[in-house]
Formats: sequence, C-alpha cells, structure tokens
Amino acid sequence: MTIEEQTTTVIERDHLIGRVEEFKKQGYRLVQMSCTKVGDLYEINYSFDLNYQFRNLRIVMDGQTEIASISGIYWGAFVYENEMHDLFGIRVVGMNVDFGGNLIRTAKKNPFANPTFRGEGPCPGE
Amino acid sequence: MSTLSKSPWILHYDASSCNGCDIEVLACLSPLYDVERFGIINTGNPKHADVLVITGGVNEQNREVIKNLYHQMPDPKVVVAVGICASSGGVFRECYNIVGGIDCLIPVDVYVPGCAARPESIIDGIVKALSILEEKKEKMALPVRVASGGEQ
Amino acid sequence: MSRRIIVPFGPQHPVLPEPIHLDLVLQDERVVEAIPSIGYVHRGLETLVAKREFPEYVYIAERTCGICSFIHGMTYCQAVEQVMNLEVPDRALFLRTIWSEYSRMHSHLLWLGLFADALGFENLFMASWKLREFVLDVLEETTGGRVIQGSCKVGGVRRDIPGETLDRMVSDLSCFERDLKELAHVFLRDESIIARTRGVGVLSRDDAYYMGAMGPTARGSGVAIDLRETGYAAYGKMNFRPVVEMDGDCYSRCAVRMKEVIASVDLIRQAAGKIPEGEIEVKPKGNPDGECFSRAEQPRGELVHYIKGDGSRHLVRSRIRTPTLTNLPPLVKMLGGCELADVPVIVLSIDPCIGCMER
Repeated sequence: MTIEEQTTTVIERDHLIGRVEEFKKQGYRLVQMSCTKVGDLYEINYSFDLNYQFRNLRIVMDGQTEIASISGIYWGAFVYENEMHDLFGIRVVGMNVDFGGNLIRTAKKNPFANPTFRGEGPCPGE
Repeated sequence: MSTLSKSPWILHYDASSCNGCDIEVLACLSPLYDVERFGIINTGNPKHADVLVITGGVNEQNREVIKNLYHQMPDPKVVVAVGICASSGGVFRECYNIVGGIDCLIPVDVYVPGCAARPESIIDGIVKALSILEEKKEKMALPVRVASGGEQ
Repeated sequence: MSRRIIVPFGPQHPVLPEPIHLDLVLQDERVVEAIPSIGYVHRGLETLVAKREFPEYVYIAERTCGICSFIHGMTYCQAVEQVMNLEVPDRALFLRTIWSEYSRMHSHLLWLGLFADALGFENLFMASWKLREFVLDVLEETTGGRVIQGSCKVGGVRRDIPGETLDRMVSDLSCFERDLKELAHVFLRDESIIARTRGVGVLSRDDAYYMGAMGPTARGSGVAIDLRETGYAAYGKMNFRPVVEMDGDCYSRCAVRMKEVIASVDLIRQAAGKIPEGEIEVKPKGNPDGECFSRAEQPRGELVHYIKGDGSRHLVRSRIRTPTLTNLPPLVKMLGGCELADVPVIVLSIDPCIGCMER
C-alpha cells in the first residue's frame, strides 16, 4: 500500500503534557487533533509528524472529564481545541485563545456528541 | 427592454456552498463567458444591486445575513438560487446545521440546477431573472407609487 | 493621541468569495490583533457518515470543497482502501495523479487571479482565469465535471482516459506552458505586485513550522514539506522536488504557487509518459473495519482524512482536517502589526478556503 506506517499510542490523561513536550523537543509538528465518539467514550487523537513519520497519541475518556490544553506547547492548537469543545463539548482547560464556544457557531450545542439529522421533507418555515 | 435590464448589477453571497458554484459564478466574469457583455456587473454593495445570486443552502449562522442583504436591496429585485444546495439543500439537506434551500427564507425567482451549476446555466438563469425584474418594475410603475424606498 | 477601535472584516466582503469574519483591533491604521470567527458555511457534513454508506460518502467528501474536490475524494478513498486492504491498480493511481495535478493547476490559477484582483490588477485576474479555463476544459473532457469531478471511487477510478486523449492532452500542454511562463513573468517581476507584496505579512520559518502552516504558506517560509514526497497515488514514481521560497512574505507565497503550476505541467507529462495499461478499479469486498489517517497534498497544504469503521456499511467517524484550518493560526500571527489596507492581501495570501475549513 502507499500509505506510510502509522503508530497510535494510547496514553493516560496525566501524561499528555509530558509526551507532547517530548515531541516538540524532538522537532515534531502538530498535524491535527480530533475527537471520535465510540459508544459513550471519547477518543482524542493527537497527531504529530517529523520528516513524514506519522505518530499518534490517544486519550480515551468520558464526556465529563477535563483535559489540559496543549496550546502552551503548540500555539496553533487552539483551533482544534476550540473545535472539539464546540462540536463535542469536550472541556479543555487552559487554552491560550478561548473562543468560549463561539469558534464554530452551530444551531445545536455540541452537535457531534449526539448527531441528529433534519430528515427528508420540506424545509421548516420561519 | 428598459435601461434596468440592460445593465443589471449583481450581488453574490455564498450561503453555505462548497465553493463549487461560487467559483462558477466568478467564472462567468472571466473572458470565456464574460457576462459584462450583457452589462452585468458584480458589486459588493447590496444597495447597488438588482439581482441577488445565492449559492449554497441556508444555515443557522447566515440566516440573518441573507435577510439583511435582501432587505437592503432596492425594489424591484430578483433572487437567483444557484445550484442544487441553494434550491433545496442538496446533498447536505439532512445536515443538522442546514435549514434548507434559500426559498425557506426569502422568495426565490429563478432556480438554477446543477452540482456544481455550469456557467452557461448560471448565465441562462440570470437572463431569465432579468425578464422577471422587468415585470416587477412594470408592476411598480402602476399609479400609486410610494416615494420612499424600502419594503412595501 | 491614538485610540483603539475594532473594525469588523466580513462576512460578506468583496475580496473574498466566501464568508469569514475577522474582528480587527486597530491602533490607528495598524492591526494589533485579529480575532477570527467562523461558522458561516458550517454544514456538519462529517456527521453524514451515519446516513450514507461508505462508497456513497465519496460524493460528500468531494463536496467538502468545490475547488479541491478531486483531492478530497481521493484522500477519503485512500483511507478506505487502506483499511480494507485493497490493492488499487497502477493505472488508477496514475490517473489519480494526473487529475490531482490538473486540480492543483486550476486551484492555483484561480488563486492567482483572485490575488491579482485583490491588488487591483484586474487585467491579470482575467489573464489567469482565461488560462484556468484551459485546465477546466481538460477536466470536463476527461471526467465530465468542471469543478466537481466525481471520478474517484473506493478501489480505483470511475473512468479511464483513452490513449489518444492522453497524447493530445500532453501536446496541448506545451502551448499552455508557454502562456503560463508569460503569466509567471508578470507575477514574479511586475513592479506594482512586488511593491504590494514584498515584506508584507511576514511569517518566520519557525513560526510557520510550529504553528502548523502547511502547503504554499509553509513553503513560502522555507519549510520544505510537501506530502507528495510521501509517494501516495503514483507520486512515488515521479521525479519531483517541492518548490520552496525563503522570505515568508506574500510575494514568496505567490511565487510558490506560480512555480507550482509550472511544476504540475511537468508532473503531468511524467505521469502521462509512465502510465501503464491495465485495469482501473478493483471491487471492494466486505466493509471497512478499522481506522486510518490518510494524508495528501492539497493545493492549500496537507489534507488529513481520518476514518473509523466498525465493519458495517456506515463508518463510525469521518474527520476531515483541511489545510485552511491549520493555516488559520499563522494567519492570525501574520495580521498582527500589519496595516489595515494590507489585510485583504494577507488574508488572501494563505489561500483561505472557508468551505473546506468549516465543512
């Protein structure tokens, strides 16, 4: 196959900052952060890249748990963290730029946590 | 044909389109299609515009923006919904953040089909809209005419 | 006495075909801070995985963005193929490479035109878009669609390009390349363009790298990251070097894109020369069970599609990380300290694709 090798390491929530700092020290860049809801649990993925080596850290937690922001280490992480907060309702503590739920303004709060669909049929009126 | 439809000015707004229709609307301005030969000018100011061209479906965030733009345009005015998303919501109609086509918010005069709508059909749609614009103007010119603009 | 005021920029702004809103905090004419707010084109299309079966979701993935739609579809397909262990035939991979490069040319030419327009150079806007029509004609002839192609599917591609068409495409390229070089001469040498873009919106190499700038935004700052080097599709068999500029200003970003269009012409020639005969698709069997991050170089930078399947027809999650989202923090950084009149040029210089960013 043409896709490079991908390693995913599941880590404890408390080890996150330490592991991310390690990546930064080695010169990795932050590729993305994302959230996946599996059953009642949330998987948070942190992806890094150095010379096209793709590494992934994962935290598995429930929706009530808070996670620490990594925006102190990677400044640009705030977009992903705000996005996770707005779409999934993940509580991220200590973001450098906190939009307070207003980065992506949606009709429904935390729409990705329990996706709903408008369904077929005519448009709802005013 | 009156002076109005000889040089209609267009206001384009991207509701929640994927860009496909937007760039086709812009492509109409490029040398190959060149809508300026019909006197059509793309403006950024709603108060200058006669035709409102909207791409993409309405979502919760831009609802007010669209209404605002529409109400700021002077009468007579026509609305052209470009592409299937603007007409009905298209492939995104089931998404939680999509309200639906433009017509659930403001009256639409011409629907242009396609995903993405082709420049030829967009031009066709706008030319159709011009005859509607002309009709609307005639109706407005009937005896009692309110001097001030805005919605009546 | 100077005072601070906040100037709203957008959502409906003549320089941007798409809506984005920035609150610009100004001290006199200088921008102190820029605060973006998005959501005007948010649809929530990632949730549609629950409604569409995985082969159908390609269409949704393609409609994430109408400018780089082919590459979205391809990257999604790559992810599913990886999870399902599908061996895609070589000819399909080469065709994907060819279409990717045509998409890149069309996207870059579109951007170059808009950029010229933002500088007030309308003639150049017309010239760029006239050349772009050549690219769109080829895309339309070979796929059926001008901007949304729909030619990628899980397991390969939907249609083949016959040998004689391919030959004609290659011979047409020489004329196109000559015109491109003329265009490049204007973009890279014109005094008024240089005056408006040199030293404007500077992004240092370190900032670019650690803030997550990608694509031409990063390469304009001397960061030589181009995902095509990882060799997805048929890029592994091409002779290819990323285009890099060192200055990190708007001029560099413009130069990177201009030179990349010319590089794409070369890549298409190479691909057309090396394309093997054979099948163009394999039939997928079963359903995806597993997860994968698939990455590709979009015209705006690195695109990541993440999928997770549980063995059913519907995926559990599709996550699309688009390059504009990751280019947003560098943009905020670039805007700090610039003059108000330069804001449109700087915003445009990252090639923002809001439809992509908000999905």
